[in-house]
Amino acid sequence: MFEAVVRWLRGGQGSKDVCKSRLKLILAYDRTEISPEILDALKEDMFLTISKYFDIKEDDVVMNISKSEETVALMANIPILGMKKQSVSIDS
Amino acid sequence: MPGKSFVITSGKGGVGKTTITSNLGTALAIRGKKVCVVDADIGLRNLDVVMGLENRVVYDLVQVIEGECRLRQALIKHKRAEGLFLLPASQTRNKDAIIPEQMKELIRRLKEEEEFEYILVDCPAGIEHGFKNAIAGADDALIVTTPEISAIRDADRIIGLLQAEEMYDPKLIINRLSLDMVKKKDMMDKEDIIDILAIKLIGVIPEDEQIIVSTNKGEAIVFADSSGSASAFRRIARRLEGENVPIYGEEENGGFFARIKKLFGLERKETNNV
Repeated sequence: MFEAVVRWLRGGQGSKDVCKSRLKLILAYDRTEISPEILDALKEDMFLTISKYFDIKEDDVVMNISKSEETVALMANIPILGMKKQSVSIDS
Repeated sequence: MPGKSFVITSGKGGVGKTTITSNLGTALAIRGKKVCVVDADIGLRNLDVVMGLENRVVYDLVQVIEGECRLRQALIKHKRAEGLFLLPASQTRNKDAIIPEQMKELIRRLKEEEEFEYILVDCPAGIEHGFKNAIAGADDALIVTTPEISAIRDADRIIGLLQAEEMYDPKLIINRLSLDMVKKKDMMDKEDIIDILAIKLIGVIPEDEQIIVSTNKGEAIVFADSSGSASAFRRIARRLEGENVPIYGEEENGGFFARIKKLFGLERKETNNV
């Protein structure tokens, strides 16, 4: 009886929904588990592409999978040293 | 028709793989099939105890693979269920004693030489060597989970690992579901779990204290007619054979009282509140 009242006060919610949303988040993390090799390959590709447009140093590129409360995101931090000259960039 | 092999796996330990292997094997044998249950948990043998056959173990799986005995010699015939045989694991060796190729060959021999129609492999917990051995010879996988967050997480991992081994269509067994807790919304229901894991459901087994009683005695619960879990096991066996029988819990919606309720529109009100 007491339990039922508590439940009613909480808005009729059991612990199931909490469980399900936690689980969804955990699995989103688990499923995006990326091997360091793949991340390195991606980093190199990104470096090559971006360096067509900007002056960047490969060692400066920092990339990781960021997992916040609600989302899983690919975060890249690439300091720009300068712009590439237009002539070099677009056609190559 | 050649036999079919299933691996019963879960990732997490303690979710009921061994009990399910024992009961599904027994249920299939009661239906007149020739069934071999294989304990692939080398070093931690348990299926023999759950099935009440521990006193009859002479040879084991590793000895068969290493040629120390003939395959037939290691197969233990069940006392009650005709057509049911157990191939026990070794208790003294460790999981590195065999490799996946040898397991594949063993399953092939069980199908071809011994003409088993169903081979159920009880997989050890974990995702290492023992897991790879256990799934090696399997045509299909049955993934066992309970409605708990940790078990489901591990099941998801297993689904991924099976995909890497080109097993794309595993079937899910949800064990120890409490309809009472589901009703109170304190336990995920089968729809919630399927929604998350996105694989086909082949059966739901209710929480049932009688399982402990029957395991204490070394008997499969499918021999007991009355129990809810026994009927759930029998249904899974039938579904494995391709019959389209309802999954446990589904008939509750169509039960007598539910139908009366529906008739008076009570059921609908309930669902509207959710």
